[in-house]
Amino acid sequence: MLEPFLFFVFATLAVSGGLGMLIARSPIASALWMVMGMIAIAGLYLTLNAAFIGVVQILVYAGAIMVLFLFVIMLLNLDETPRLSAVDWRKGAAFVLGVAVLAQLLAVVAVRVQGAANPATTGAVAEARVAATDVDALGVALLTDHAFSLEIIGVLLLGATIGAVLLAKKKLV
Amino acid sequence: MDLNWYLSLSAVLFTIGVLGVLLRRNVIVVFLSIELMLNAVNLSLVAFSQSFGDVDGQILVFFVMSVAAAEAAVGLAIVIALFRNTLSVNVDEMSLFRG
Repeated sequence: MLEPFLFFVFATLAVSGGLGMLIARSPIASALWMVMGMIAIAGLYLTLNAAFIGVVQILVYAGAIMVLFLFVIMLLNLDETPRLSAVDWRKGAAFVLGVAVLAQLLAVVAVRVQGAANPATTGAVAEARVAATDVDALGVALLTDHAFSLEIIGVLLLGATIGAVLLAKKKLV
Repeated sequence: MDLNWYLSLSAVLFTIGVLGVLLRRNVIVVFLSIELMLNAVNLSLVAFSQSFGDVDGQILVFFVMSVAAAEAAVGLAIVIALFRNTLSVNVDEMSLFRG
């Protein structure tokens, strides 16, 4: 079976990308690990037959957002963070809190959602499901049911562009 | 492939993001961790979208990505402005509003 194999390959890459981001001391290394994780998540979208979202993930996240991060890191010319000398109680508390969050999330996952089938693999049902969520269906839904939200997103992006330029300027007008 | 595998992976990635926000002091790495959390949620949304055969999950992912892009642009601009004032990206030194 190809699909479980691809899932585990991409899942391993995504988790190691996240852990590398968490552990790396240099911010540049963190960002590059993150790029690997983003691309792995794009691969997971492809195994879920969500081709459009997968391509957008690579374009927007691995492309635009991570390049913006790397650009800012290089602009600020940051040093590596010093190696931790001792584990203080705050780190320990943060770690315990993180494990608690994971336990809660997995406990929720263990409860089966009503009517949720497994993501499509093969067969007529799966093909119908894929046809209901392909790029055609996505575009139609985006420009009919969600047209207003699409316009609002356009306004939001314009506002963010203007806001970012204003904030990063040397002197506020 | 079982839906729970995707949800569990999403939970693990989200937890790594939470740990990043809690453990790291570099504001840019904290930002990256927030992006990782958004990605983890996106993954579970796409998995649910496929499992229900409903396109709305992917539409929500599309909007989350747009908001994440806007958030990254504004957030990094704030980081640049803060760095100009404090010459640091350590979140512990950005406590201007603390009483």
